[in-house]
Amino acid sequence: MSKQVPIVEGLFTWPAEQPALLGSRCNNCGVAAFPVAQSCMACSGQDVSVEELPGRGTLWTWTVQRFMPKPPYHSNETPETFQPYGVGYLELPGGVRVEGRLTENDPEKIRIGMEMDVVFDTWRTEDNGDEIITFFFRPVSEPAQEG
Amino acid sequence: MDVAIVGIGIHPFGRTPSRTGLQQGAYAARLALQDAGVEWKDMQFAFGGSASAGNADALGNELGLTGIPFINVANGCATGGSSLMAAYAAIKSGEHDIGLVAGFDKHDRGAFNADPAALGIGQWYGEVGLMMTTQFFAMKIQKYMHDYGISADTLAKVAEKAFSNGALNPNAWRREPVSAEQVADSMMLNDPLTKFMFCSPAEGGVALVLCRADKAKNYCDSPVYLKSAVLRSRRFGSFEVFAPSQALQQVDGPTVDASKAAFEMAGVGPGDIDVAQLQDTESGAEVMHMAENGFCEHGEQEQLIQSGATHIGGSMPINTDGGCLANGEPIGASGLRQVYENVLQLRGQAGDHQVPGDPRLGYTHVYGAPGISAVTILQR
Ligand SMILES: [Zn+2]
Repeated sequence: MSKQVPIVEGLFTWPAEQPALLGSRCNNCGVAAFPVAQSCMACSGQDVSVEELPGRGTLWTWTVQRFMPKPPYHSNETPETFQPYGVGYLELPGGVRVEGRLTENDPEKIRIGMEMDVVFDTWRTEDNGDEIITFFFRPVSEPAQEG
Repeated sequence: MDVAIVGIGIHPFGRTPSRTGLQQGAYAARLALQDAGVEWKDMQFAFGGSASAGNADALGNELGLTGIPFINVANGCATGGSSLMAAYAAIKSGEHDIGLVAGFDKHDRGAFNADPAALGIGQWYGEVGLMMTTQFFAMKIQKYMHDYGISADTLAKVAEKAFSNGALNPNAWRREPVSAEQVADSMMLNDPLTKFMFCSPAEGGVALVLCRADKAKNYCDSPVYLKSAVLRSRRFGSFEVFAPSQALQQVDGPTVDASKAAFEMAGVGPGDIDVAQLQDTESGAEVMHMAENGFCEHGEQEQLIQSGATHIGGSMPINTDGGCLANGEPIGASGLRQVYENVLQLRGQAGDHQVPGDPRLGYTHVYGAPGISAVTILQR
């Protein structure tokens, strides 16, 4: 039977009702990192705690990847089915700026400073049917028009 | 003890199917030795590097096995700068009088594919398509354009200048002028950067003979002095390539740090520099590196580039040999190519791409993954 498997253990909480990215925070200087690190790049401290990072942030910068990367890129795409994808750094308040794929790839619909949610979805399906799950950044949907 | 460059050699950049990368390195080394009027057996040491074309010390198989200490250097895009810095220290310390620095490479076509594990990053990062240097450069200039009002046309003009300078340089790979319109209309690869705004992996070789400054005139009528050679790596908080996350608080990158240290070491300022070679992995990099190296304020590039100040005849000539955009980037040789070009410029031997007005001070800068920068300042 197929199952949903995180792309790597420890990157985010999974399975979880409300999955979240996992970061580490230095107990000496308070600086956060993603993914979880064993030591602090800011102060060299080794006393760190793991915490869930916020699920919403603002887009700090972005691009659209228009050509298919070489391996280690590993998707279900072929050069024929490849679709350009957005990439950006999402600034998570009180945490860090995390790099990730965007669900949006239209440059007209992406702008610096826009709000985005961290979402979790299938990245690829393995031969045995397992769905490999990773994180994406999705624009916060506009509030519905009144009237 | 000051250090002088008394011999320079280059193997043309681009594609040379008939020669291995190592042979291109040996070709450059023989020219550098000949330029200094010395022989390989006169060299007391050598530093060299190549990312994809074998160990640099295999040059001994081509040039002869003389028993000298030959040290292989591997430091990404800063390989050449690192070799040069090591040679500088070896002579400055009094340990050696004269030696050779060499860099060469031969890469496959297409964007470099990097291995996450080698950089201490999880495999997932590459699997989902984030392990791309081109994305980093695109995101950095995207943010920079937003913050400082740089236009897409200015990015196109940087590439246009590179190709027009390349057309004047017999050792360049790309020797056909390309208009700003053609650059802007070429395929978009990573917004806002198009195909012609990116350099490509390539082939080539460069070698330099360095010696004690007090003996320079024995080898060369017009020695060029290495006033500073500085390498810096990233500090916590700088925005760098291959970073799954970055700190909310930002600090200056390694380019700013290396530049400041190099100017201090040489006792000169950005306003004194007559010709500069700045890392132009893509158009945006040249724009940002102008300010990061202290040649202007952030945002001033728009007016400077649009007005032609960075052209060969302008007030701030940059990448006079066509830079990485017109020469391609053979990693091991790229940083040394910049030094080769500045020695030509300071000797007044740059031919069609010579900067007018007898330039006296030259500046080189390389930047590479995962956040390293090397700067040199040369004086005739
Ligand atoms: Zn810390």
